[in-house]
Amino acid sequence: MSQTAAAARYVGQSVKRLEDPRLVTGHGRYVDDIVLPGMLHAAFGRSDLARAAITRLDTSAAEALDGVHAVCTGADLNSHNDSLRASLYPPESPAPPANMLADGDVRFVGDPYVMVVAESRYIAEDALDLVEVEFEPLVPVVDYETAAESDHHVHPELGGNLAHDLPVPNPATDEAFADAAHIITETWHQHRQTNVPMETRGIVASWQPHAGVMEVWASTQSPHELQLVGARVLGIGEHKMVVHFGDVGGGFGQKMFLGREDMAVLVVAKLLGSPVKWIEDRRENLLASNHARIEQMSVKMAVGEDGSFLAADLDQLEDDGAYPLGGPATPGAMATMLFPGPYRMGPVSWRARTVYTNTCGRGAYRGPWQMESVAREQMIDRVAREIGMDPLELRRRNVLTPEDLPYQVSTGLHFETTISPEQTLEQAAEMIGYDEFRAEQADARKEGRYLGLGMALYIEPTSMGMGPLGTESAMLRVEVDGHVNVFMGTGSHGQSLETTIAQLVADELGVRPGDVTLHQGHGSGYGFGTGGSRSAVIAGSAARAAASGVRDKVVAIAAHLMEASADDLEVADGVISVKGTPAASMTLAQVAATAYQNSDALPPGTEAGLEHTARYKAPPSTHSNACHICTCELDPGTGKVTLLRYVVSEDCGVLINPMVVDGQIAGGVVQGIGGVLYEHAVYDESGNPLASTFLDYLVPTAAEVPELQTGHVVVPSDTPGGHKGTGEGGAIGAPPAVFNAVADALAPFGVYPNRQPLDPNTVLSLIASASN
Amino acid sequence: MADQIPLSMTVNGQTRRGLGEPRLTLADFLREQANCTGVHLGCEHGVCGSCTVLMDGEAVRSCLLFAVQADGADITTVEGLAPDDETLHPVQEAFRDCHGLQCGFCTPGFVVSVAAFLETNPDPSDDEIRHGIAGNLCRCTGYQGIVAATRQAAATMKGSRQS
Repeated sequence: MSQTAAAARYVGQSVKRLEDPRLVTGHGRYVDDIVLPGMLHAAFGRSDLARAAITRLDTSAAEALDGVHAVCTGADLNSHNDSLRASLYPPESPAPPANMLADGDVRFVGDPYVMVVAESRYIAEDALDLVEVEFEPLVPVVDYETAAESDHHVHPELGGNLAHDLPVPNPATDEAFADAAHIITETWHQHRQTNVPMETRGIVASWQPHAGVMEVWASTQSPHELQLVGARVLGIGEHKMVVHFGDVGGGFGQKMFLGREDMAVLVVAKLLGSPVKWIEDRRENLLASNHARIEQMSVKMAVGEDGSFLAADLDQLEDDGAYPLGGPATPGAMATMLFPGPYRMGPVSWRARTVYTNTCGRGAYRGPWQMESVAREQMIDRVAREIGMDPLELRRRNVLTPEDLPYQVSTGLHFETTISPEQTLEQAAEMIGYDEFRAEQADARKEGRYLGLGMALYIEPTSMGMGPLGTESAMLRVEVDGHVNVFMGTGSHGQSLETTIAQLVADELGVRPGDVTLHQGHGSGYGFGTGGSRSAVIAGSAARAAASGVRDKVVAIAAHLMEASADDLEVADGVISVKGTPAASMTLAQVAATAYQNSDALPPGTEAGLEHTARYKAPPSTHSNACHICTCELDPGTGKVTLLRYVVSEDCGVLINPMVVDGQIAGGVVQGIGGVLYEHAVYDESGNPLASTFLDYLVPTAAEVPELQTGHVVVPSDTPGGHKGTGEGGAIGAPPAVFNAVADALAPFGVYPNRQPLDPNTVLSLIASASN
Repeated sequence: MADQIPLSMTVNGQTRRGLGEPRLTLADFLREQANCTGVHLGCEHGVCGSCTVLMDGEAVRSCLLFAVQADGADITTVEGLAPDDETLHPVQEAFRDCHGLQCGFCTPGFVVSVAAFLETNPDPSDDEIRHGIAGNLCRCTGYQGIVAATRQAAATMKGSRQS
C-alpha cells in the first residue's frame, strides 16, 4: 500500500454510497422488517365522514374476536392528550385540541377513532370490521377560501376556523404604487398534494417493565424528536427512551414529527406490555398522514417603466386541515417574508392567514414555504407578458448582482456576499440555449405547434440556525483497531449521510470513507434530525469539528511516539507519516491501540482514549440559490403537456459528493413536475377524498420525466466546509418553472392560467375559454 | 379463522415450506416465512412495484398474488440475484454506480423489474427503458439514475453474453 496518499481528498468526489450494497440486495432494515417475540399488530379504524358526531361506539364484538388483545377508543387514551405537542412549538403556541384518537366526534375523512391490537394485522383488520359505530353527520368545512367566514367550526373548542392572521402593513408601499408605471395583480393558487414517501409511516414499540425502558424502532427523520416527545407522552425520562434508527424509506418532511398514531402505539405498547407494530397502509398515508401546498397568494406588484420592481403587496392564505402534523403552521409568514427572493424589490407589505378545515392536516413537504417562489416567479412571467418584455430580460434587469451584495431585503432578510443568483440565471440560460429556443418556438408556432419555456430563480434559506433547529452534534471515536464510529442526531432517509459524513470525516481525520461508520438514533447527541436542507451544513460541520479534534490528538500522540515534530506530520488514509519521508510512518491503528491499551506510553498529560464530541451552532440561515429552466410542448387537441428539456444551475457552495447533489436536485424537480402536472389530493364538496390509491394520486413515472442537466456555480458559504443546503431546492424551483412553461405555451391562445394542476382537462378548458 | 393451508415453493433456490390462510399474500409469505424482507410493500394495490419478484421467471407483483397461487413455483426475490455475498448482480452494480437509489425502499422492486426487462429486451432504447420501468414508482431519484443504471446494466449484460 502506498504511504504517500496524503493528497487523497474525498470531499468533492462522487464517492459510491456506503449504504448501497445492503440496499440494492434487499438487506436494508426498515421498520417493517423488525420482528420481536410476542409482537402484536395495530390497525386503526378511521372516519369515512368529514365531520360527524359519534353517537354510538361498541367495541365488544371486536374485543371478542380470537387473537384480539385490545381495542382502544379515544376515551382510553385521552389522559395523555396534554403532552402531544411537537418540540418545535412552545407550550403557549396556539394549537388545535390535541388527541391521539377522535373522541366524541370525527373531523376529517381518515380521522382515527379506534385502534385494534391483535396477533396479526389480518386479525386486527378483521376486528375493525366488527366495531359497531354510528355517526350523525355534521356540515363539514371543506373550502379553505371561505372557511374563516363559515358558521361551522372544525374545532368547536376554538370558536372559529381562523388559525393565524398575521398582517404586516408597510406604508412605504403606498408611495411606490402611486408612482408606478404598471400595477399588475393576480392570485396564484397551489393545490393539495402529499409527500408520498415510498415507505409509509410505521413504528414498533416495546416496553420493558421494571427496567422502565421503552424501546422503539420507527420510520423517522428525527430520532431525537421521537425520543423527546415520546418520552413526554409516556411520562418517562429521555434516558429510558431508546430509539433505534434503521433504514427509512423517504419522508420529504412527513416523518419529522410524531403522528397521532405513533403516539397511540407508544401508549398502548406500555399499557399492554407487549411489543406493538403499526405499519401505515398506502390508503392511510394518502388520506391521513399529511397534505401540503393548499394555499394561494394574491400579489400586487408595482413595476417601473423600465421593468424595475418597485413594491409588492401580498395576501397569503393556507389550509391547515384539521390536525396539522407537527403543529399549526405559519409558513405563510415565511413565504411572504421571502417573496422578494433574488431581486431588488423595494418595500413589501403582507398578510398571512391560515385556516382549519375538515380535511387531512397540513404538514411539512419539501420546501414548505416555496409559495414565495411559486407566486413571485409566476408573477414575474405575468409582468413580462403585461409590459411586453422578455421574461429573461426582465429578470436580468432586477436580479441581485455581485455588486448589490451584501443586500438588506426590505422584509428583514439579509443576504451575504456568498449568493450567486445572477450567475445561476446566466448559466441556466446558456445551458438551455435561450435564444435558440425562442427561435425554434417561433418556427414551431408557424407550423401550428405550441412550445413553451418557463424559468424560476430563487434563493433558499437552508440550515436555519434558530431554536431546536440550531445545532447538531457528532461524537467521534477511533476504535482500538483504527476504524471510526461517529454518532450523530441526524436521520438520513435517502440523503446519503452515511457516505457524505464519512467523506467529511475521512478528509478531516485522514482515513478512508469506508473506515467510517455513521450511527444515528440511540447513543447520539440531541439534534433536530434530517430535513430543512440542514444536514450538510449543520451536521457536516459538527462531524468535521469532531474529526478535527481527534486528528489533533492523533498527531500529538504520533509525534511523541515517532519522536517527530507534530508540524511535520500528515495523516491520510489511516497512516501518519513525516512529510517528505513517507517511510517514517505509523498507522492510525497503532496510535489508537496506544491510546486505549498502552496509555502509559502517551505523551505526558495526554488523556487516554481517542474520541471527541463537538456540537456546531449554525448561523441564522445559509442561503443557496438556483435557476431552473424547462421547455415543453403542448398538444392543443388533448391538453397533454410533454416536457422537452430541463436544466438546473445551482449554487450549494462546496459540493461534498456531486453525484448525491445531482440526485437530490433531480428528486426534488420530479416532485415539482408531479405537483404541477399530475398529482392532486382532491376532495369533493362533502369532504370525501377522491385520490385514495396510486391509480388516482398520480406520482410521475420514468415515462413522464425528461432527462435533467445540472450545472454548478460554486460560491462557498461562510460555514466551516463552505457548503449550503440543497435537499429541498429542486421542489422549490420546479413548480414555477413548469407552470411558466405551460403558461408560455398557452400564451398564443390569450389565456392566463393562475391555478394548478395543469392536467389535460384544465389545459383543454383554458383553451376552450379562449375560443369562447 | 380459515384453515391453514400447507405451502411449498422454491425461493432463491431453496425449498421453503410454510402454512398460510388462503388470503395470505405471496408478499407476506415471502417476508414473514421465507426471510425475504427485501420484498417491500409500498402500496399493496399493485401500482408501485416495490414488491416485484420473479415467479417462474416472470416479474409479478407479490402483493397481488396469494401465496397459494405460488404453491410449487420457483420464486426469485432481490436477495436471490447476486451470485454471492461479495458480488453484485450487474443491475445492482449499475444502480450503485449511477445513484439509482436514495432511500432504497423502491429499489428491490426496480432491480428485479429491470433484470426481467433486460432479459426480454437486452438492447433497449432510452424510450423503451423509460416505458419499460414505468410500472415502478420511485419518489427520491427523479428516475435519472435509474434510467442511467438500466442503460449501464444492459451494456454490461450484453458484454458478458458475448464474451
